[in-house]
Amino acid sequence: MSTATPSATDMPEYHVIETPHHDGEEHPHETGTMLGFWIYLMSDCLIFGVLFAVYAVVGQNYAAGPSPADLFEIDMILLSTFMLLFSSITYGFAVINMQQRNTAMFYLWMVVTLGFGLAFLGLEVKEFTHLWHIGATPSTSAFLSAFFTLVGTHGLHVTFGSIWLVVLLIQVGLHGLTAENQRRVMCLSLFWHFLDLIWIGVFSFVYLAGVLQ
Amino acid sequence: MSAPTHQDDAAHGSYKSYLTGFALSVVLTVIPFWLVMSEADIGLGWALAVIFGLGAVQIIVHVHYFLHVTGTAEHGWQAMSMIFTAILLVIVLSGSIWVMFHLEENMMPAHEQIERVRNLP
Repeated sequence: MSTATPSATDMPEYHVIETPHHDGEEHPHETGTMLGFWIYLMSDCLIFGVLFAVYAVVGQNYAAGPSPADLFEIDMILLSTFMLLFSSITYGFAVINMQQRNTAMFYLWMVVTLGFGLAFLGLEVKEFTHLWHIGATPSTSAFLSAFFTLVGTHGLHVTFGSIWLVVLLIQVGLHGLTAENQRRVMCLSLFWHFLDLIWIGVFSFVYLAGVLQ
Repeated sequence: MSAPTHQDDAAHGSYKSYLTGFALSVVLTVIPFWLVMSEADIGLGWALAVIFGLGAVQIIVHVHYFLHVTGTAEHGWQAMSMIFTAILLVIVLSGSIWVMFHLEENMMPAHEQIERVRNLP
């Protein structure tokens, strides 16, 4: 719910104003926000594309340091891959429950999603601290600089996605599943599934192809 | 207005479509991981082809079942911007790898360079 009064038309509005449509139903798609957010995701995709390109170029410059086969534990990567995959499908269930106006189940699935997201982050922090502990820091070699930049950027995205998820749950708790909050849930849905998609590239290109060479 | 008004629920997926996408993703994840973890000997080239091939298929699965990109959503602009991004990514990735691969080949080995600097007048 906006705090601005609807009569003050000369006041600048800093949020998308929901106007009721002909049939009175709420369509989160009709404000243009979803398309705008999608285009943001595409620009984010380009950031990851460039980081992948950097990794492709310098990823084999070990500077006499450790190589992927020395460092990566593939079974842990499989586990974190499944954490993200589970969180993707539980988010999907949350969206379905939102559309069915089932707020309690929506909450449940969102909290489960957050749990899987945090489990993924925990595994990543564990991996990074382990690497740091054995001296495989970004300054060791070009390979490790590119590795930490690429995987770290993805991890930061998941971190901010989790913060967003918590804030969104508070907003839904305060205001309910309003049209604005539904739109936000759909934006975070795109963001969350997008991060899982980027992770496919990371585990294929960095981890699996890395330990083979 | 020709925009679809009552297909939104279908466009955002159902339990069935999410579970289908999930099952496909599990299969497409487990096969490359199994290939690497079991150290199956099918040659490096084939192994990389399987990893990247299945990765590409899984990306398409996610785009279809989780991100729900369709040709008609947002009057086609969603699919259009995605295709545009994909083209840019192909140019950036293949261009970088191609150019830098040749750069490395053309680089003078470090020891020769040191000799050259030593012999400078």
